[in-house]
Amino acid sequence: MTSFKTRTAAALADPLLKVAVERTAGTAEAKRALAVDAFAGFEDARTRAAAIKDHVIANLDTYLERFEANATAAGATVHWARTADEACAIVVDLCRRAGARTVARSKSMLGEEIGLPHALAEAGIRRIETDLAEHIIQLADERPSHIIWPAMHKTREQVSALFTQHHRDPHVEETVAAMAESARRELRSGMLGADVGISGANFLVADTGAICTVTNEGNAELSLVPPRMHIVTAGIEKIVPSMAHATHMLRLLSRSATGAAMSQYTTFYAGPRRAGDRDGPEEMHIVLVDNGRSRMRDEGLAEMLRCIRCGACMNHCVVFRQIGGHAYGSTYPGPMGAVLTPALDGLKGNQDLASACTLNGKCQEVCPVKIPLPTLLRGWRERSWREGLEPVSVRRGIAAWAWVARRPALYRLAVGGALRAMRLAAGAGGWARRLPLAGGWTDHRDFPKPAAKSFMDRYGAGER
Amino acid sequence: METATSNPDMSSRVEKPTVALFVTCLVDAMRPQIGFAALRTLAAAGCEVVVPRAQTCCGQPALNSGDRATAIDLARRTIAALEGYDHVVIPSGSCAATIRVHYPEILHDDPLWSPRAEALAARTWEILAYLDEVRGWRPDAVSLPATATYHDSCSGLRELGVKRQPRRLLGAVAGLSLKPLAGEESCCGFGGTFCVKYPAISNAIVGEKAAAIDATGADLLLAGDLGCLMNMAGKLHREGSPVRAFHTVEILAGMGGGPAIGEEA
Repeated sequence: MTSFKTRTAAALADPLLKVAVERTAGTAEAKRALAVDAFAGFEDARTRAAAIKDHVIANLDTYLERFEANATAAGATVHWARTADEACAIVVDLCRRAGARTVARSKSMLGEEIGLPHALAEAGIRRIETDLAEHIIQLADERPSHIIWPAMHKTREQVSALFTQHHRDPHVEETVAAMAESARRELRSGMLGADVGISGANFLVADTGAICTVTNEGNAELSLVPPRMHIVTAGIEKIVPSMAHATHMLRLLSRSATGAAMSQYTTFYAGPRRAGDRDGPEEMHIVLVDNGRSRMRDEGLAEMLRCIRCGACMNHCVVFRQIGGHAYGSTYPGPMGAVLTPALDGLKGNQDLASACTLNGKCQEVCPVKIPLPTLLRGWRERSWREGLEPVSVRRGIAAWAWVARRPALYRLAVGGALRAMRLAAGAGGWARRLPLAGGWTDHRDFPKPAAKSFMDRYGAGER
Repeated sequence: METATSNPDMSSRVEKPTVALFVTCLVDAMRPQIGFAALRTLAAAGCEVVVPRAQTCCGQPALNSGDRATAIDLARRTIAALEGYDHVVIPSGSCAATIRVHYPEILHDDPLWSPRAEALAARTWEILAYLDEVRGWRPDAVSLPATATYHDSCSGLRELGVKRQPRRLLGAVAGLSLKPLAGEESCCGFGGTFCVKYPAISNAIVGEKAAAIDATGADLLLAGDLGCLMNMAGKLHREGSPVRAFHTVEILAGMGGGPAIGEEA
């Protein structure tokens, strides 16, 4: 894979990407602010949500067993997967057993995490994406760039071009309504004729064995109702103790994600179709996936397992807003992705993710479950330093700086020398356009010429 | 993250406190007059000010680079240099937050240093919060006929709750009017070592910030952290903007008529 710097350079050079990201994230930021203002007791709700998740994560075994017992009692079959490969194998096996040629899939980040689209393709199973944005991504043969809006990096003009190229019966007018109609014509027969439906879960409710999904397009329902078999894939951290806890989390989820009080569709369902039910699948399977989560809990990343995948951290991140999601090179982008990716895929090769952050704290400020993202990112930086993954230039620079900073008298001499050198190099005038060894700065910004004498020298000479 | 707006330490009630000024390495080297402005305002606010000689850098670059051992070492030296005063005051939200929030964290498991870190944290203040909250001081004799816009630097804002204090202080400067800045709480892209490790991303962020500052039509850009100010002022100057940048404490010390950041004395 390309390097982080290469990917960010490409992202920064793409003016349309900036337009697309700003349209969606900018709108979400403004709408979230209004929703939070209108939510009395928002801070208390965040505190409680964090406490709910912490309690569940600390007692994960208990709640997972309770969930399994209740889901089984409702008629579902619960499967356990330790790794991404195990999870995909279980899903593909179930599809084969159902004789599935086509699956209707409702976007889930867990599905992306475990590489399910790829596994289905390998198995020769046709995949109909019921989420409009995921359909766009599928046509473009790309990966999601955001966890709520997989195609947020595309402008509607680019989407129009994709539909025109790929749809059998494309839109004639380039309006949102005509484009949506075109996607409907393209997808509907496939969705309704699918043998198996695959979705994720926003919450797993332990005391009822129910799954909760939240969408704005009804796509989870499209994977759940028409097909004969429904497969849910979910991370084990998605559990909540009860319906009351789930509804508490729901109050925070949509507001944090899109600024809406609720999503268009919020569905709880437990088990397959029962006698007398008018619809629903004949079989329901739930695949509970660990894929590194229990290790995260044991290795100081328990707070990250609070995440309810709302995307607020990325919508408000100054770095994400400039480079978009693909530059992160991983399933999960933005601040939460920068914490998760090294945990899921290893730190080596991903150490840029934690470094490419200004530690400004905005992500933590907007997180509905108060994940201390800057602290966790700093933790990855410390591990990267311990493991020697930081560039030699940075290690040497910090070491030299620290060596001098431990010796105040020498430090003052060194500052004096550095000031003289910088003033010489800066030349005439107050601002330097070029400074040796400071290209990272002066390629983009002017550098103010430093003082002739440091504060400590002047103060030491009696100046007040 | 802590968003304290008041300090529980009872020593904040001292009549004429002895204040240790920690000038920060950036102020020391790049813009000494911020240090002198701090001396003047603190004296005007009734403080006895000393500048401990043994101070150098608080260790923030090491801490944020992941070099915990070096950060701990510099933290201990800084604690030793700054102990024994009623208060420690710092003209930078990010250095103040390093001492107040992060020293207790990184020394938490050290039985000898943890209490000393906690004690120092409890009496350490960002200067604008200190002047406003602790001293209740106002720059009564200062006037500056100008329009200014204010950028909330991230560490001061989110780790220390510095938001209303600079605005209250600046509101008392005769003739100065404040213009709201779109995205005033949004990071400028400085981020310490971030701006040199990822210059292209940093540039994209500060480019937007500079455009927002320009759009206010203000004469002056003010903030409470020299790092952010150098970043924004450097970008504004490269783009040919006439906006001039000062640390807020320079304005409060009546030094707003002098050279701005990047102007020759």
